[in-house]
Amino acid sequence: MKKNNLQWVWYIIPALLIYTLFMAFPLLDSLRLSLFTGNTPKTRSFVGFENFVRLFSDPTISTRYWGAFKNTWIFFFIHMVVQNGLGILFAILLTQKDMKGRHAYQTIIFIPTTFAVLITGYLWKLILNPVWSGDFVTSIGLGFLKHPYLGDTKTALVSVSLVSCWQWLGIPTMMFVAALRNISEDLLEACELEGANKWQTFQRVKLPLIKPVVGIIAVLTFVNNFNAFDIVFAMENVNGAPEYSTDLIGTLFYRYGIAGQHPIGIPDVGLGAAIATITFLLLLTVVVPTLIKTQEGGY
Amino acid sequence: MASLTRQKRHLGSHLILIIWTLVVLFPIWTLVINSFKTRLTIYENPFWIPKVWNFSNYATVLRDGDFITYFKNTFIVVVLSLVLVSFFASLAAYAFARNKHGSFILLYYFFIAGLMLPIKIASIRILEIVRTLGLLNTIWSLPPIYIAMGLPVGIFILTTFIRELPAALSEAAHIDGASSWQIYSQIILPLIRSALASVTIYNLIPFWNDLWFPLIFINNDRQKTLLLGVTRLFGQYQTDWSKVLAVLTLAAVPVLGLYLAMSTQFIKGVTAGSVKG
Repeated sequence: MKKNNLQWVWYIIPALLIYTLFMAFPLLDSLRLSLFTGNTPKTRSFVGFENFVRLFSDPTISTRYWGAFKNTWIFFFIHMVVQNGLGILFAILLTQKDMKGRHAYQTIIFIPTTFAVLITGYLWKLILNPVWSGDFVTSIGLGFLKHPYLGDTKTALVSVSLVSCWQWLGIPTMMFVAALRNISEDLLEACELEGANKWQTFQRVKLPLIKPVVGIIAVLTFVNNFNAFDIVFAMENVNGAPEYSTDLIGTLFYRYGIAGQHPIGIPDVGLGAAIATITFLLLLTVVVPTLIKTQEGGY
Repeated sequence: MASLTRQKRHLGSHLILIIWTLVVLFPIWTLVINSFKTRLTIYENPFWIPKVWNFSNYATVLRDGDFITYFKNTFIVVVLSLVLVSFFASLAAYAFARNKHGSFILLYYFFIAGLMLPIKIASIRILEIVRTLGLLNTIWSLPPIYIAMGLPVGIFILTTFIRELPAALSEAAHIDGASSWQIYSQIILPLIRSALASVTIYNLIPFWNDLWFPLIFINNDRQKTLLLGVTRLFGQYQTDWSKVLAVLTLAAVPVLGLYLAMSTQFIKGVTAGSVKG
Protein backbone atom coordinates (compact mmCIF):
# COMPACT_ATOMS: atom_id res chain seq x y z
CA MET A 1 0.00 0.00 0.00
CA LYS A 2 2.69 2.49 1.02
CA LYS A 3 4.81 1.75 -2.02
CA ASN A 4 1.77 2.02 -4.25
CA ASN A 5 1.01 5.49 -2.86
CA LEU A 6 4.58 6.61 -3.37
CA GLN A 7 4.36 5.74 -7.05
CA TRP A 8 1.31 7.99 -7.46
CA VAL A 9 3.11 10.90 -5.86
CA TRP A 10 5.28 11.22 -8.97
CA TYR A 11 2.20 12.03 -11.03
CA ILE A 12 1.34 14.95 -8.76
CA ILE A 13 4.80 16.42 -8.26
CA PRO A 14 5.13 18.58 -11.41
CA ALA A 15 1.75 20.21 -10.85
CA LEU A 16 2.32 20.55 -7.12
CA LEU A 17 5.74 22.16 -7.55
CA ILE A 18 4.62 24.85 -9.99
CA TYR A 19 1.32 25.53 -8.28
CA THR A 20 2.97 25.85 -4.87
CA LEU A 21 5.91 27.97 -5.96
CA PHE A 22 4.01 30.38 -8.24
CA MET A 23 0.59 30.55 -6.64
CA ALA A 24 0.02 29.09 -3.17
CA PHE A 25 3.28 30.19 -1.57
CA PRO A 26 3.32 33.76 -2.96
CA LEU A 27 -0.30 34.18 -1.96
CA LEU A 28 0.31 33.15 1.64
CA ASP A 29 3.67 34.89 1.85
CA SER A 30 2.04 38.15 0.70
CA LEU A 31 0.09 38.02 3.96
CA ARG A 32 3.37 37.84 5.87
CA LEU A 33 4.87 40.70 3.85
CA SER A 34 2.08 42.98 5.03
CA LEU A 35 3.76 42.95 8.46
CA PHE A 36 7.12 44.11 7.08
CA THR A 37 8.59 47.21 5.59
CA GLY A 38 11.39 47.56 3.02
CA ASN A 39 11.35 46.81 -0.67
CA THR A 40 14.00 44.11 -1.00
CA PRO A 41 14.43 40.93 1.03
CA LYS A 42 17.69 42.35 2.49
CA THR A 43 16.31 45.65 3.76
CA ARG A 44 13.12 44.12 5.10
CA SER A 45 12.21 44.58 8.74
CA PHE A 46 9.25 43.62 10.90
CA VAL A 47 6.83 46.43 11.74
CA GLY A 48 3.78 44.54 12.95
CA PHE A 49 0.49 46.08 11.91
CA GLU A 50 1.99 49.47 11.07
CA ASN A 51 1.19 49.15 7.33
CA PHE A 52 -2.46 48.59 8.13
CA VAL A 53 -2.51 51.50 10.57
CA ARG A 54 -0.93 53.72 7.92
CA LEU A 55 -3.42 52.55 5.30
CA PHE A 56 -6.35 53.63 7.45
CA SER A 57 -4.97 56.65 9.30
CA ASP A 58 -2.74 58.49 6.82
CA PRO A 59 -5.07 61.17 5.42
CA THR A 60 -4.09 60.78 1.74
CA ILE A 61 -3.69 57.02 1.72
CA SER A 62 -6.90 56.32 3.62
CA THR A 63 -8.90 58.69 1.40
CA ARG A 64 -7.57 56.88 -1.66
CA TYR A 65 -8.21 53.48 -0.15
CA TRP A 66 -11.82 54.15 0.84
CA GLY A 67 -12.44 55.85 -2.51
CA ALA A 68 -11.17 52.82 -4.41
CA PHE A 69 -13.05 50.51 -2.05
CA LYS A 70 -16.35 52.28 -2.68
CA ASN A 71 -15.74 52.41 -6.45
CA THR A 72 -14.99 48.68 -6.50
CA TRP A 73 -18.32 47.92 -4.83
CA ILE A 74 -20.19 50.15 -7.28
CA PHE A 75 -18.32 48.44 -10.12
CA PHE A 76 -19.36 45.07 -8.65
CA PHE A 77 -23.03 45.99 -8.21
CA ILE A 78 -23.32 47.27 -11.77
CA HIS A 79 -21.95 43.93 -12.96
CA MET A 80 -24.32 41.95 -10.77
CA VAL A 81 -27.34 43.88 -12.01
CA VAL A 82 -26.52 44.60 -15.64
CA GLN A 83 -24.17 41.79 -16.67
CA ASN A 84 -25.72 38.96 -14.69
CA GLY A 85 -29.27 40.31 -15.04
CA LEU A 86 -29.02 40.49 -18.81
CA GLY A 87 -27.18 37.15 -18.75
CA ILE A 88 -30.08 35.36 -17.11
CA LEU A 89 -32.63 37.17 -19.29
CA PHE A 90 -30.85 36.19 -22.50
CA ALA A 91 -30.39 32.64 -21.26
CA ILE A 92 -34.12 32.32 -20.59
CA LEU A 93 -34.96 33.71 -24.03
CA LEU A 94 -32.44 31.40 -25.70
CA THR A 95 -33.65 28.25 -23.98
CA GLN A 96 -37.33 28.71 -24.79
CA LYS A 97 -38.97 25.80 -26.55
CA ASP A 98 -38.61 25.96 -30.36
CA MET A 99 -36.58 29.16 -30.19
CA LYS A 100 -34.97 29.64 -33.61
CA GLY A 101 -31.51 31.06 -34.21
CA ARG A 102 -30.23 30.12 -30.77
CA HIS A 103 -26.81 29.18 -32.03
CA ALA A 104 -26.31 32.40 -33.97
CA TYR A 105 -27.37 34.58 -31.03
CA GLN A 106 -25.16 32.65 -28.62
CA THR A 107 -22.18 32.99 -30.94
CA ILE A 108 -22.64 36.76 -31.20
CA ILE A 109 -23.26 37.38 -27.49
CA PHE A 110 -19.97 35.65 -26.70
CA ILE A 111 -17.81 37.55 -29.24
CA PRO A 112 -16.71 40.43 -26.94
CA THR A 113 -15.54 37.92 -24.33
CA THR A 114 -12.86 36.72 -26.73
CA PHE A 115 -11.38 40.23 -26.95
CA ALA A 116 -8.67 41.41 -24.62
CA VAL A 117 -10.03 43.92 -22.10
CA LEU A 118 -7.39 46.32 -23.38
CA ILE A 119 -8.78 46.19 -26.92
CA THR A 120 -12.36 46.68 -25.72
CA GLY A 121 -11.26 49.56 -23.51
CA TYR A 122 -9.34 51.45 -26.19
CA LEU A 123 -12.14 50.95 -28.71
CA TRP A 124 -14.87 52.28 -26.39
CA LYS A 125 -12.63 55.10 -25.32
CA LEU A 126 -12.72 56.30 -28.92
CA ILE A 127 -16.45 55.70 -29.37
CA LEU A 128 -17.29 57.61 -26.17
CA ASN A 129 -15.06 60.53 -27.10
CA PRO A 130 -17.40 63.48 -27.88
CA VAL A 131 -14.74 65.12 -30.05
CA TRP A 132 -14.94 62.12 -32.35
CA SER A 133 -18.53 60.90 -32.21
CA GLY A 134 -20.26 64.04 -30.89
CA ASP A 135 -20.95 65.71 -34.23
CA PHE A 136 -22.49 62.56 -35.60
CA VAL A 137 -24.70 62.11 -32.53
CA THR A 138 -25.86 65.72 -32.89
CA SER A 139 -26.50 65.33 -36.63
CA ILE A 140 -29.01 62.54 -36.01
CA GLY A 141 -30.83 64.68 -33.47
CA LEU A 142 -29.50 62.97 -30.37
CA GLY A 143 -27.34 65.88 -29.32
CA PHE A 144 -28.30 65.40 -25.67
CA LEU A 145 -26.18 62.22 -25.74
CA LYS A 146 -23.07 64.23 -26.52
CA HIS A 147 -21.17 64.16 -23.27
CA PRO A 148 -17.57 63.59 -22.14
CA TYR A 149 -18.56 60.35 -20.41
CA LEU A 150 -15.01 59.39 -19.47
CA GLY A 151 -13.94 62.88 -18.42
CA ASP A 152 -16.84 63.62 -16.08
CA THR A 153 -16.45 62.32 -12.52
CA LYS A 154 -20.20 61.68 -12.38
CA THR A 155 -20.32 59.37 -15.41
CA ALA A 156 -16.82 57.90 -15.70
CA LEU A 157 -17.20 54.95 -13.34
CA VAL A 158 -20.60 53.94 -14.69
CA SER A 159 -19.31 54.15 -18.28
CA VAL A 160 -16.28 52.03 -17.53
CA SER A 161 -18.44 49.48 -15.69
CA LEU A 162 -20.94 49.21 -18.52
CA VAL A 163 -18.18 48.66 -21.08
CA SER A 164 -16.87 45.89 -18.85
CA CYS A 165 -20.38 44.36 -18.72
CA TRP A 166 -20.54 44.50 -22.53
CA GLN A 167 -17.32 42.54 -22.63
CA TRP A 168 -18.10 39.80 -20.09
CA LEU A 169 -21.82 39.24 -20.62
CA GLY A 170 -21.06 36.11 -22.66
CA ILE A 171 -19.85 34.14 -19.66
CA PRO A 172 -22.93 34.32 -17.37
CA THR A 173 -25.19 33.91 -20.41
CA MET A 174 -23.51 30.69 -21.49
CA MET A 175 -23.39 29.32 -17.94
CA PHE A 176 -27.08 30.01 -17.42
CA VAL A 177 -27.91 28.50 -20.81
CA ALA A 178 -26.00 25.33 -19.91
CA ALA A 179 -27.73 25.15 -16.53
CA LEU A 180 -31.23 25.80 -17.88
CA ARG A 181 -30.80 23.17 -20.58
CA ASN A 182 -30.03 20.64 -17.87
CA ILE A 183 -33.56 20.97 -16.47
CA SER A 184 -35.63 18.05 -17.63
CA GLU A 185 -38.28 18.57 -20.31
CA ASP A 186 -40.76 16.46 -18.32
CA LEU A 187 -40.61 18.80 -15.38
CA LEU A 188 -41.29 21.86 -17.54
CA GLU A 189 -44.12 20.09 -19.32
CA ALA A 190 -45.65 19.23 -15.96
CA CYS A 191 -45.54 22.93 -15.04
CA GLU A 192 -47.29 23.81 -18.26
CA LEU A 193 -49.98 21.20 -17.63
CA GLU A 194 -50.52 22.51 -14.13
CA GLY A 195 -51.14 25.94 -15.67
CA ALA A 196 -48.07 27.74 -14.32
CA ASN A 197 -47.20 30.87 -16.27
CA LYS A 198 -43.68 31.70 -17.44
CA TRP A 199 -42.80 33.80 -14.42
CA GLN A 200 -44.08 31.18 -11.96
CA THR A 201 -42.17 28.45 -13.76
CA PHE A 202 -39.02 30.53 -13.65
CA GLN A 203 -39.30 31.63 -10.06
CA ARG A 204 -40.54 28.42 -8.46
CA VAL A 205 -38.93 25.75 -10.62
CA LYS A 206 -36.04 26.96 -12.74
CA LEU A 207 -34.40 29.37 -10.32
CA PRO A 208 -34.09 26.91 -7.41
CA LEU A 209 -32.68 24.30 -9.81
CA ILE A 210 -29.97 26.58 -11.16
CA LYS A 211 -29.05 27.97 -7.73
CA PRO A 212 -25.57 26.40 -7.77
CA VAL A 213 -24.76 28.19 -11.03
CA VAL A 214 -26.13 31.48 -9.70
CA GLY A 215 -23.77 31.04 -6.75
CA ILE A 216 -20.75 30.31 -8.94
CA ILE A 217 -21.47 33.32 -11.14
CA ALA A 218 -21.89 35.63 -8.16
CA VAL A 219 -18.58 34.42 -6.77
CA LEU A 220 -16.79 34.75 -10.12
CA THR A 221 -18.16 38.27 -10.56
CA PHE A 222 -17.04 39.22 -7.08
CA VAL A 223 -13.55 37.77 -7.42
CA ASN A 224 -12.99 39.22 -10.89
CA ASN A 225 -14.16 42.69 -9.94
CA PHE A 226 -11.88 42.87 -6.95
CA ASN A 227 -9.13 42.14 -9.46
CA ALA A 228 -10.22 44.48 -12.22
CA PHE A 229 -7.42 46.64 -13.53
CA ASP A 230 -7.15 46.42 -17.32
CA ILE A 231 -10.39 48.21 -18.12
CA VAL A 232 -9.51 51.29 -16.06
CA PHE A 233 -5.91 51.16 -17.32
CA ALA A 234 -7.18 51.24 -20.92
CA MET A 235 -10.08 53.69 -20.67
CA GLU A 236 -8.72 56.08 -18.06
CA ASN A 237 -5.28 55.51 -16.51
CA VAL A 238 -3.66 53.86 -13.50
CA ASN A 239 -4.67 56.87 -11.40
CA GLY A 240 -8.35 56.15 -11.99
CA ALA A 241 -8.94 59.48 -13.71
CA PRO A 242 -10.81 61.80 -13.56
CA GLU A 243 -10.07 62.77 -9.96
CA TYR A 244 -9.70 59.13 -8.85
CA SER A 245 -13.38 58.57 -9.67
CA THR A 246 -12.62 55.27 -11.45
CA ASP A 247 -9.87 54.18 -9.07
CA LEU A 248 -10.43 50.53 -8.11
CA ILE A 249 -8.66 48.32 -5.57
CA GLY A 250 -6.81 46.83 -8.57
CA THR A 251 -5.39 50.16 -9.76
CA LEU A 252 -4.68 51.33 -6.21
CA PHE A 253 -2.77 48.11 -5.50
CA TYR A 254 -0.79 48.58 -8.72
CA ARG A 255 0.16 52.14 -7.82
CA TYR A 256 1.14 51.55 -4.20
CA GLY A 257 2.51 48.03 -4.32
CA ILE A 258 3.96 47.51 -7.79
CA ALA A 259 4.70 50.68 -9.74
CA GLY A 260 5.16 53.22 -7.00
CA GLN A 261 3.40 56.53 -6.68
CA HIS A 262 4.13 59.28 -9.17
CA PRO A 263 6.59 61.05 -9.23
CA ILE A 264 8.90 58.98 -6.99
CA GLY A 265 8.14 55.64 -8.61
CA ILE A 266 9.32 53.51 -5.70
CA PRO A 267 6.73 50.93 -4.68
CA ASP A 268 5.73 50.60 -1.05
CA VAL A 269 5.78 46.82 -0.79
CA GLY A 270 4.48 46.61 2.77
CA LEU A 271 1.52 48.85 2.03
CA GLY A 272 0.77 46.95 -1.19
CA ALA A 273 0.86 43.67 0.71
CA ALA A 274 -1.51 45.14 3.31
CA ILE A 275 -3.98 46.05 0.54
CA ALA A 276 -3.64 42.55 -0.91
CA THR A 277 -4.17 40.98 2.52
CA ILE A 278 -7.39 42.87 3.14
CA THR A 279 -8.66 41.91 -0.32
CA PHE A 280 -7.75 38.28 0.37
CA LEU A 281 -9.60 38.22 3.70
CA LEU A 282 -12.59 40.00 2.18
CA LEU A 283 -12.77 37.44 -0.64
CA LEU A 284 -12.61 34.58 1.87
CA THR A 285 -15.37 35.99 4.07
CA VAL A 286 -17.68 36.50 1.10
CA VAL A 287 -16.78 33.58 -1.18
CA VAL A 288 -16.77 30.71 1.29
CA PRO A 289 -20.24 31.34 2.81
CA THR A 290 -21.72 32.00 -0.66
CA LEU A 291 -20.38 28.73 -1.96
CA ILE A 292 -21.56 26.79 1.09
CA LYS A 293 -25.03 28.32 0.79
CA THR A 294 -25.45 27.68 -2.93
CA GLN A 295 -23.54 24.45 -3.50
CA GLU A 296 -25.37 22.22 -1.01
CA GLY A 297 -24.95 18.58 -1.85
CA GLY A 298 -22.23 19.39 -4.35
CA TYR A 299 -18.89 17.63 -4.72
CA MET B 1 -46.10 26.96 -41.31
CA ALA B 2 -46.70 25.68 -37.83
CA SER B 3 -43.17 26.58 -36.87
CA LEU B 4 -43.61 30.07 -38.26
CA THR B 5 -46.58 30.77 -36.01
CA ARG B 6 -44.60 29.44 -33.09
CA GLN B 7 -41.76 31.85 -33.91
CA LYS B 8 -44.32 34.66 -33.84
CA ARG B 9 -44.90 33.85 -30.19
CA HIS B 10 -41.17 34.53 -29.72
CA LEU B 11 -41.28 37.88 -31.52
CA GLY B 12 -40.47 39.85 -28.36
CA SER B 13 -37.55 37.54 -27.57
CA HIS B 14 -36.14 37.94 -31.06
CA LEU B 15 -36.48 41.70 -30.78
CA ILE B 16 -34.50 41.85 -27.52
CA LEU B 17 -31.81 39.54 -28.86
CA ILE B 18 -31.51 41.45 -32.13
CA ILE B 19 -31.07 44.72 -30.24
CA TRP B 20 -28.25 43.14 -28.24
CA THR B 21 -26.75 41.72 -31.44
CA LEU B 22 -26.52 45.29 -32.74
CA VAL B 23 -25.02 46.49 -29.46
CA VAL B 24 -22.32 43.83 -29.88
CA LEU B 25 -21.67 44.23 -33.57
CA PHE B 26 -21.79 48.02 -33.81
CA PRO B 27 -18.51 48.72 -31.95
CA ILE B 28 -16.80 45.94 -33.91
CA TRP B 29 -18.04 47.45 -37.16
CA THR B 30 -16.76 50.83 -35.96
CA LEU B 31 -13.39 49.29 -35.16
CA VAL B 32 -12.92 47.64 -38.52
CA ILE B 33 -14.17 50.32 -40.91
CA ASN B 34 -12.27 53.12 -39.21
CA SER B 35 -9.03 51.18 -39.36
CA PHE B 36 -9.26 51.70 -43.16
CA LYS B 37 -9.41 55.48 -42.87
CA THR B 38 -6.63 57.99 -42.30
CA ARG B 39 -5.65 60.22 -39.41
CA LEU B 40 -7.98 62.96 -40.63
CA THR B 41 -10.75 61.17 -42.53
CA ILE B 42 -11.52 59.23 -39.35
CA TYR B 43 -13.37 62.35 -38.18
CA GLU B 44 -15.76 62.28 -41.17
CA ASN B 45 -18.71 59.93 -40.81
CA PRO B 46 -17.30 58.05 -37.85
CA PHE B 47 -19.72 55.15 -38.19
CA TRP B 48 -19.78 54.69 -41.93
CA ILE B 49 -17.40 53.16 -44.47
CA PRO B 50 -14.51 55.28 -45.74
CA LYS B 51 -14.84 57.17 -49.03
CA VAL B 52 -11.39 55.98 -49.96
CA TRP B 53 -10.17 52.72 -48.50
CA ASN B 54 -6.75 53.13 -46.97
CA PHE B 55 -4.71 49.98 -46.44
CA SER B 56 -1.51 51.70 -45.41
CA ASN B 57 -2.29 51.52 -41.66
CA TYR B 58 -2.00 47.76 -41.75
CA ALA B 59 1.09 47.93 -43.95
CA THR B 60 2.76 50.37 -41.54
CA VAL B 61 1.92 48.32 -38.46
CA LEU B 62 3.09 45.06 -40.00
CA ARG B 63 6.23 46.58 -41.50
CA ASP B 64 7.14 48.06 -38.14
CA GLY B 65 8.78 44.70 -37.29
CA ASP B 66 8.00 44.93 -33.58
CA PHE B 67 4.39 43.88 -34.03
CA ILE B 68 5.48 40.54 -35.49
CA THR B 69 7.92 40.09 -32.59
CA TYR B 70 5.15 40.78 -30.06
CA PHE B 71 2.90 38.32 -31.81
CA LYS B 72 5.58 35.65 -31.86
CA ASN B 73 6.36 36.16 -28.15
CA THR B 74 2.72 35.77 -27.17
CA PHE B 75 2.34 32.74 -29.39
CA ILE B 76 5.33 30.97 -27.80
CA VAL B 77 4.24 31.79 -24.24
CA VAL B 78 0.62 30.78 -24.75
CA VAL B 79 1.26 27.53 -26.62
CA LEU B 80 3.97 26.41 -24.20
CA SER B 81 1.75 27.21 -21.19
CA LEU B 82 -1.30 25.48 -22.64
CA VAL B 83 0.61 22.30 -23.48
CA LEU B 84 2.27 22.10 -20.07
CA VAL B 85 -0.96 22.83 -18.16
CA SER B 86 -2.68 20.00 -19.99
CA PHE B 87 0.21 17.62 -19.42
CA PHE B 88 0.76 18.36 -15.71
CA ALA B 89 -2.96 18.61 -14.95
CA SER B 90 -3.72 15.30 -16.67
CA LEU B 91 -0.94 13.52 -14.74
CA ALA B 92 -2.21 14.86 -11.43
CA ALA B 93 -5.86 14.26 -12.34
CA TYR B 94 -5.06 10.64 -13.15
CA ALA B 95 -3.51 10.17 -9.71
CA PHE B 96 -6.43 11.94 -7.98
CA ALA B 97 -9.02 9.92 -9.87
CA ARG B 98 -7.39 6.61 -8.92
CA ASN B 99 -6.64 7.37 -5.27
CA LYS B 100 -9.19 8.20 -2.65
CA HIS B 101 -6.96 8.15 0.41
CA GLY B 102 -7.13 11.13 2.75
CA SER B 103 -3.89 12.80 1.74
CA PHE B 104 -4.81 12.72 -1.94
CA ILE B 105 -8.21 14.24 -1.26
CA LEU B 106 -6.56 16.96 0.80
CA LEU B 107 -4.11 17.73 -1.99
CA TYR B 108 -6.96 17.76 -4.50
CA TYR B 109 -8.77 20.45 -2.51
CA PHE B 110 -5.49 22.36 -2.16
CA PHE B 111 -5.51 22.67 -5.95
CA ILE B 112 -9.25 23.33 -6.22
CA ALA B 113 -8.96 26.27 -3.80
CA GLY B 114 -6.99 27.99 -6.56
CA LEU B 115 -10.19 28.17 -8.63
CA MET B 116 -11.54 30.91 -6.41
CA LEU B 117 -8.33 32.72 -5.46
CA PRO B 118 -7.13 35.48 -7.73
CA ILE B 119 -3.40 35.10 -8.33
CA LYS B 120 -3.05 38.86 -8.91
CA ILE B 121 -3.10 39.67 -5.22
CA ALA B 122 0.08 37.59 -4.86
CA SER B 123 1.83 39.75 -7.47
CA ILE B 124 4.26 41.48 -5.11
CA ARG B 125 5.73 38.18 -3.96
CA ILE B 126 5.61 36.63 -7.45
CA LEU B 127 7.57 39.58 -8.78
CA GLU B 128 10.32 38.89 -6.22
CA ILE B 129 10.41 35.19 -7.09
CA VAL B 130 10.65 35.94 -10.80
CA ARG B 131 13.45 38.41 -10.10
CA THR B 132 15.33 35.88 -7.97
CA LEU B 133 15.06 33.31 -10.75
CA GLY B 134 16.56 35.84 -13.16
CA LEU B 135 13.50 35.70 -15.43
CA LEU B 136 12.54 39.37 -15.12
CA ASN B 137 12.30 41.16 -18.47
CA THR B 138 12.04 37.91 -20.43
CA ILE B 139 9.01 36.11 -21.84
CA TRP B 140 10.07 33.05 -19.78
CA SER B 141 8.74 34.78 -16.67
CA LEU B 142 5.21 34.20 -17.93
CA PRO B 143 4.69 30.45 -18.55
CA PRO B 144 5.25 29.39 -14.89
CA ILE B 145 2.59 31.88 -13.74
CA TYR B 146 0.12 30.86 -16.43
CA ILE B 147 0.67 27.16 -15.72
CA ALA B 148 0.01 27.77 -12.01
CA MET B 149 -3.13 29.77 -12.96
CA GLY B 150 -4.40 27.03 -15.29
CA LEU B 151 -3.75 23.99 -13.08
CA PRO B 152 -6.76 24.28 -10.71
CA VAL B 153 -9.36 24.31 -13.48
CA GLY B 154 -7.41 21.69 -15.45
CA ILE B 155 -7.25 19.32 -12.50
CA PHE B 156 -10.90 19.94 -11.67
CA ILE B 157 -12.20 19.19 -15.18
CA LEU B 158 -9.88 16.25 -15.84
CA THR B 159 -10.31 14.53 -12.47
CA THR B 160 -14.09 14.67 -12.85
CA PHE B 161 -13.77 13.31 -16.37
CA ILE B 162 -11.36 10.46 -15.55
CA ARG B 163 -13.49 9.38 -12.56
CA GLU B 164 -16.40 8.88 -14.94
CA LEU B 165 -14.44 6.65 -17.32
CA PRO B 166 -15.26 2.94 -17.00
CA ALA B 167 -12.70 1.52 -14.57
CA ALA B 168 -12.82 -1.87 -16.33
CA LEU B 169 -10.55 -0.61 -19.13
CA SER B 170 -7.58 0.25 -16.95
CA GLU B 171 -8.22 -2.74 -14.65
CA ALA B 172 -7.99 -5.10 -17.60
CA ALA B 173 -4.73 -3.47 -18.66
CA HIS B 174 -3.46 -3.67 -15.09
CA ILE B 175 -4.15 -7.42 -14.99
CA ASP B 176 -2.32 -7.78 -18.28
CA GLY B 177 0.71 -6.35 -16.50
CA ALA B 178 0.62 -2.77 -17.83
CA SER B 179 2.33 -0.20 -15.61
CA SER B 180 0.42 2.84 -14.44
CA TRP B 181 2.46 4.97 -16.87
CA GLN B 182 1.46 2.71 -19.78
CA ILE B 183 -2.18 2.92 -18.70
CA TYR B 184 -1.92 6.72 -18.53
CA SER B 185 -0.23 7.23 -21.88
CA GLN B 186 -1.95 4.52 -23.90
CA ILE B 187 -5.45 4.29 -22.43
CA ILE B 188 -6.28 7.41 -20.41
CA LEU B 189 -4.74 10.12 -22.62
CA PRO B 190 -6.57 9.11 -25.81
CA LEU B 191 -9.86 8.84 -23.89
CA ILE B 192 -9.68 12.31 -22.33
CA ARG B 193 -8.97 14.22 -25.55
CA SER B 194 -12.29 16.11 -25.48
CA ALA B 195 -11.76 17.16 -21.85
CA LEU B 196 -8.22 18.28 -22.70
CA ALA B 197 -9.72 20.43 -25.47
CA SER B 198 -12.04 22.05 -22.91
CA VAL B 199 -9.14 22.75 -20.55
CA THR B 200 -7.11 24.29 -23.37
CA ILE B 201 -9.93 26.52 -24.54
CA TYR B 202 -10.81 27.57 -20.99
CA ASN B 203 -7.24 28.75 -20.45
CA LEU B 204 -6.62 30.19 -23.90
CA ILE B 205 -8.51 33.46 -23.39
CA PRO B 206 -6.97 34.43 -20.01
CA PHE B 207 -3.46 33.50 -21.19
CA TRP B 208 -3.67 35.23 -24.58
CA ASN B 209 -5.42 38.29 -23.22
CA ASP B 210 -3.40 38.77 -20.03
CA LEU B 211 -1.96 42.24 -19.65
CA TRP B 212 -1.16 42.35 -15.94
CA PHE B 213 1.85 40.02 -15.67
CA PRO B 214 3.63 41.22 -18.84
CA LEU B 215 3.06 44.77 -17.59
CA ILE B 216 4.73 44.17 -14.25
CA PHE B 217 7.47 41.77 -15.48
CA ILE B 218 8.62 43.03 -18.84
CA ASN B 219 10.17 46.32 -19.80
CA ASN B 220 12.39 45.19 -22.65
CA ASP B 221 10.88 45.93 -26.07
CA ARG B 222 12.08 42.71 -27.70
CA GLN B 223 10.42 40.63 -25.00
CA LYS B 224 7.02 42.30 -24.97
CA THR B 225 3.84 40.32 -25.52
CA LEU B 226 1.18 41.29 -28.04
CA LEU B 227 -0.98 43.27 -25.60
CA LEU B 228 1.93 44.98 -23.92
CA GLY B 229 3.12 45.89 -27.40
CA VAL B 230 -0.33 47.27 -28.15
CA THR B 231 -0.04 49.63 -25.17
CA ARG B 232 3.30 50.82 -26.57
CA LEU B 233 1.95 51.32 -30.09
CA PHE B 234 -1.10 53.05 -28.61
CA GLY B 235 1.23 55.62 -27.08
CA GLN B 236 3.28 55.89 -30.24
CA TYR B 237 0.31 56.39 -32.62
CA GLN B 238 -1.77 58.35 -30.13
CA THR B 239 -2.49 61.16 -32.55
CA ASP B 240 -3.48 58.75 -35.31
CA TRP B 241 -6.51 56.72 -34.23
CA SER B 242 -6.83 54.96 -37.58
CA LYS B 243 -3.47 53.27 -36.95
CA VAL B 244 -4.45 52.46 -33.37
CA LEU B 245 -7.57 50.75 -34.67
CA ALA B 246 -5.52 48.76 -37.18
CA VAL B 247 -3.33 47.57 -34.30
CA LEU B 248 -6.41 46.65 -32.24
CA THR B 249 -7.97 44.76 -35.15
CA LEU B 250 -4.81 42.80 -35.78
CA ALA B 251 -4.52 41.97 -32.08
CA ALA B 252 -8.15 40.79 -31.84
CA VAL B 253 -8.25 38.69 -35.00
CA PRO B 254 -6.36 35.52 -33.86
CA VAL B 255 -8.62 34.57 -30.94
CA LEU B 256 -11.73 35.87 -32.68
CA GLY B 257 -10.98 33.80 -35.79
CA LEU B 258 -10.33 30.70 -33.73
CA TYR B 259 -13.55 31.31 -31.81
CA LEU B 260 -15.70 31.78 -34.91
CA ALA B 261 -14.20 28.63 -36.44
CA MET B 262 -15.12 26.50 -33.42
CA SER B 263 -17.64 28.44 -31.32
CA THR B 264 -19.47 25.37 -29.99
CA GLN B 265 -16.23 23.95 -28.59
CA PHE B 266 -15.36 27.36 -27.13
CA ILE B 267 -18.61 27.81 -25.30
CA LYS B 268 -18.44 24.25 -23.99
CA GLY B 269 -14.88 24.84 -22.81
CA VAL B 270 -15.58 28.10 -21.06
CA THR B 271 -18.58 26.76 -19.18
CA ALA B 272 -16.91 23.41 -18.41
CA GLY B 273 -15.41 24.65 -15.17
CA SER B 274 -18.69 25.62 -13.61
CA VAL B 275 -21.46 23.29 -14.68
CA LYS B 276 -21.36 19.74 -13.58
CA GLY B 277 -22.50 17.23 -16.21
